[in-house]
Amino acid sequence: MTPPSPVLEVRGITKRFPGVLANDKVNLTLRKGQVLGLLGENGAGKSTLMNMIYGLYKPDEGEILVTGAPVDIDGPKDAIELGIGMVHQHFQLVDVLTVTENVMLGNETVSGPFLRRDKARREIEALSREYGLDVDPDALISDLPVGIQQRVEIIKALYRHADILILDEPTAVLTPQETLGLFKIMRALLDRGVSIIFISHKLKEVLEICDDVIVLRRGAVAGHADPKASTEQSLASLMVGRDVILEVDKAEAKPGDEILNVVNLHVHDDRGLPAVEGLSFGLQRGEILGVAGVQGNGQTELVEALTGMRAVEDGRVFIKGVDMAGASPRKVTELGVGHVPEDRQRDGLVASFTVMHNLVLCTYYQDAFAKAIVVDDRAIAENARQLVEQYDVRPPIINNIASGLSGGNQQKVIVAREFSRDADLLIASQPTRGLDVGSIEFIHRQIIRMRDAGAGILLVSSELDEVLSLADRVAVMFEGEIIDILPIGDADRDTVGLRMAGVREQGLDSKMNTVGATR
Amino acid sequence: MAASSKAKSGRRLAFKLTRKRVIAVVLLALGAFIFIESSSLDSELVTTLTFESRPTGEAPAVADIPVPTSAYLLVIGLLFIVSGALNLYEFAVPRWRRISLALMALCGALFIPTVIIAAAAGNDTNLTTIVAESLRLATPLAIGAFAGIWCERAGVVNIAIEGMMLFAACFGFTTLFFLRGTPLPLETAQLLAVIIGVLAGGLIALLHGWLSITFRTDQIVSGTVINILAVGVTSFIRREYLLSTEAGAAKLGNFAIPILSDLPVVGEAIFTNQPIFFMMFVMLASTHIVMFYTRWGLRTRAVGEHPHAADTLGINVNRTRWTNVFISGMIAGLAGAWFSLEATGSFNDGMTRGAGFIALAAMIFGKWTPIGAFGAALLFGFSDSLGIRLQMVGVGFPVQFLQMVPYAVTLVVLAGFIGRASPPKAVGTPYVKE
Repeated sequence: MTPPSPVLEVRGITKRFPGVLANDKVNLTLRKGQVLGLLGENGAGKSTLMNMIYGLYKPDEGEILVTGAPVDIDGPKDAIELGIGMVHQHFQLVDVLTVTENVMLGNETVSGPFLRRDKARREIEALSREYGLDVDPDALISDLPVGIQQRVEIIKALYRHADILILDEPTAVLTPQETLGLFKIMRALLDRGVSIIFISHKLKEVLEICDDVIVLRRGAVAGHADPKASTEQSLASLMVGRDVILEVDKAEAKPGDEILNVVNLHVHDDRGLPAVEGLSFGLQRGEILGVAGVQGNGQTELVEALTGMRAVEDGRVFIKGVDMAGASPRKVTELGVGHVPEDRQRDGLVASFTVMHNLVLCTYYQDAFAKAIVVDDRAIAENARQLVEQYDVRPPIINNIASGLSGGNQQKVIVAREFSRDADLLIASQPTRGLDVGSIEFIHRQIIRMRDAGAGILLVSSELDEVLSLADRVAVMFEGEIIDILPIGDADRDTVGLRMAGVREQGLDSKMNTVGATR
Repeated sequence: MAASSKAKSGRRLAFKLTRKRVIAVVLLALGAFIFIESSSLDSELVTTLTFESRPTGEAPAVADIPVPTSAYLLVIGLLFIVSGALNLYEFAVPRWRRISLALMALCGALFIPTVIIAAAAGNDTNLTTIVAESLRLATPLAIGAFAGIWCERAGVVNIAIEGMMLFAACFGFTTLFFLRGTPLPLETAQLLAVIIGVLAGGLIALLHGWLSITFRTDQIVSGTVINILAVGVTSFIRREYLLSTEAGAAKLGNFAIPILSDLPVVGEAIFTNQPIFFMMFVMLASTHIVMFYTRWGLRTRAVGEHPHAADTLGINVNRTRWTNVFISGMIAGLAGAWFSLEATGSFNDGMTRGAGFIALAAMIFGKWTPIGAFGAALLFGFSDSLGIRLQMVGVGFPVQFLQMVPYAVTLVVLAGFIGRASPPKAVGTPYVKE
C-alpha cells in the first residue's frame, strides 16, 4: 500500500531571531487525510514553524511545497488562498463581534460594500451540520466558553475552504470531555480529506490521534516516531533529550497535625450565584489532597476563597487553627500559605515586571527586601539569582520581563516564589496547565519535596492523571460540593470519573457524615 | 416568617447599595427639591409652551399648551418622590418591579421638559426654537464625535479633534478670504473654502497617523502636539494675513429641503437650514451604516479590538488605521468649517473653544456609537441653547445652575441606565507585527 500523497512539505526551513536560532533546517511532510503530530518542549520552535507555514513569519532559508509545487507565502492571505488554515494557541477572535462576524472577517460575504450576514450565517450552519461543530452563529464570542470558541476557529478555517489545518496546542485549554469532542470533529475532518498538523504537549493524545509524529528539540527535528510503535516514555525522552520519569516517584505520606480545616463553606461566583455550597474538609501536614472535578464545579471559587481573593458568604476556614474566612490575601500569605494560581498570567505575575521583582511580589515590603520605604534592589536581585538557579528558570536572566518567558518558565517563577517562602500550606491550582513534560516533571518533584518537608498541600487540577499520580487522598468536587473523598488506594480512574460526573455511591451518606463530622 | 427572614439576613447584609438604589436616592432628592421649589412659586404663574413664532393674534398651526407652573411642579415633585421610594425597595413580585422601573424611566423622560417649564415660569417658551437651537449648537459636537468614532474604532486615540477643527476653521476661512477678490461666485468660493477646510483636517490627521502609526509615538502625545500646534499656527496666520484688513465674510447660506421645508412648524425652523447642519445628519447615517453594515466597518472594528486577529486573516492593520485616521481628520475638518464658515463668517483665535474635547466626551458618552454620540451631542447642544435663552429671558435663579442640569442628568443617566462605557480594546496601542 502506498502512503497518501503529500499535501504539504517543508524542506530545510531555517529561521533566526536576534540571538536565537528558532528553526534549524526543519523538514516535514504532511500527507492527505492524515494527522501529523508535532511535539516539542516550550520554546522548541513549533509555533515559529507553524507561523511560517501560515505566512506570519518569513523563513530565512528553505522552501515550502503545497501539493508538490514550491510556494511563496507572503502573509496569511497567501496561506489562506493555498488552503491553509490555522487555529492559534491563543484564539484570534474578536470578543465583541458575533460568531458570524468573526467567521466572515477578512473574507466577507458582501453585496456591494454591504455585509450579507444572512448568507454567511447559512454557510456557517451548513458547516456546523456537516462536521458536528455545534455553535450559535449569532452569539457574541465573549459569551462563549473556550471549547466553543475553538469550534468557531475551526469553522473560520473551513469557511475559507482550508484543506490543511494547523491546530496549535488545541487541547491545552480544553477539559477532557471537550478534548474527546475535538477528536470527534478531527476525525470527521479527516474523513472528508482534510489534513491536520496537531501540536500538543500531551503525549497520550498524540499517540491516540496521529498517523505520524515529528519531534522538535531546540529548533531542529530531533526525530520521527511512529505512534503505533511508540510509548509515552519514548516520546518524552525524544522530546527532552534525556530519560524522563513520567511516574511520580514518592514515598508514603506521613500525615501530621491538621493545618487546614474548612467548615460549611459557601462562596458565590462572579455573577453572585452560589458556586461552593456547604463544603467541608480537612488537610494535614505532610499530605497532598487532590481535588478532582470537571472545571466549573466551584474549584476556582474554592481556591479564591481560601486565599482571600474572594468573599466568603458563610462558613469557616481554619488555617493553623485560626479562622481566616474573609481575611485579606496578605494576612493569609503571612500566615504561611503559598498559592499557585490557576491563571498565571492574570493572578500569578505582573507581566510587565522583571523576573526578580516578580519573585518578591508578596515579600517586597518585608525587612529582607526593604529599608523603611525604599526597596532594596540588591537584596531582591540576590534572592532572584538564587531562586532562578535553584528552580531552573530559563533563560536565567533576572532582568528579563516576565511576559517574555515561555509559559513553563513563568510557572517556574511563580513556583519559586511561593515554594521558597517555607509555606506550611500550599494551594496549587492547575499547576502544570499548558506545560511541557520537562516542566511538569520538575513542578511535580517540587510539590512532593514540599510535602516531605511537612507542608500540607491542596492540589486542584482538572487533569485526572495529575491528581491520581500526586495525591494521597482524592476529593471530588461536583456542583459546588465535595461528593466523595477517597484514599488514593481506592481512587481508580473509573471510580473518580464516575464521581466527577456526579454519580454518588450507594450508602455514601454515611461516609459524608464522617467527612463532615467537624460540623 | 419573621424567623426565616432573620436567619437569612444573618448570613449577609440585608441592604446592598445597587446602581438602582443610587438613582432612587437621586430621584428622592430631586423630587424633594422640586416639591419645595413649587410651593415657593406663585400659584397663579402659567408657562405657555408654544411651537412657532407668529404675529400676535394670528391663529397658531399647533395650539399653545398652557401649563400651570406651580401645580405641574408639585405633581412632578411627588412623582419623583414616589418613584424614588419605590425603587429603594427590591420587590419580589415581578409586576411591582416592572411598575417601579417604568416610573423611573418616566421620571427620566420628564426631566428635561420639567427644566424648560420651571425655567420659563410665567413666560412663553417656544419649544421648536429650543429644539432647533439645540440641534444647531450640537452640529460641531456631533460631527466631531463622529470623527472620533472613525479614528478610535480603528484603534487610534484622537484627542486632536480640537486641533484639527481649529486648523480647518482657519484654513477654510483664509481660503474664502483670499477668494473674495476673484470673480468666483460666492457659493463656489464658499464650497471651495469648506473643501479646503475638510482637506486641512485630513492633512493634519496624516501627521497624527505618521506620528502614531508609523513611528508609534504615544497617541495622546501626538494628539496633544497637534492641538498645541494648531493654536500657534492658526493665530500666526490670523495675525499675518487676516488681521490687516476687516476680516468678515458671508456665512454659508440656507438651504430648504424640498417637501420637508413646507411642513408646518418644523419646516421653517429645522428643514430650512445651513449645509453643514444637514451634513451632520448625513454623517450620522453614513457613519452608522459604514461601521455596522459594511465590510469596511467590520474590518475597522476588528482592527480596533484585536488587531492581531485581523492580521491573521490577511487584513492590513496599519493601512486600515491610516485610512480611518485620514477620514476622521476630514470629518473633524467639516466640524471646524462650521465655526468659521457656517456659524460666524469670521475667524478668531481659539474659536473652537474646547468643542473638540466636548465632542470627544460625547463620543465616550455615546459609547463609541454614532447614534449614542449624536444623542450626547444633542444634550450638550440643549444645555448651551438653554443657557443662551435663559440669559435673554432673565430668570429668577442663576442661569449657570440650570445650564449645569443637563450635565448632571448625563451623569445620572450614564451611571444609572447605561453603565460602564468600554472603549475599543486596542485603542491607544500601536500595532507591531511580530
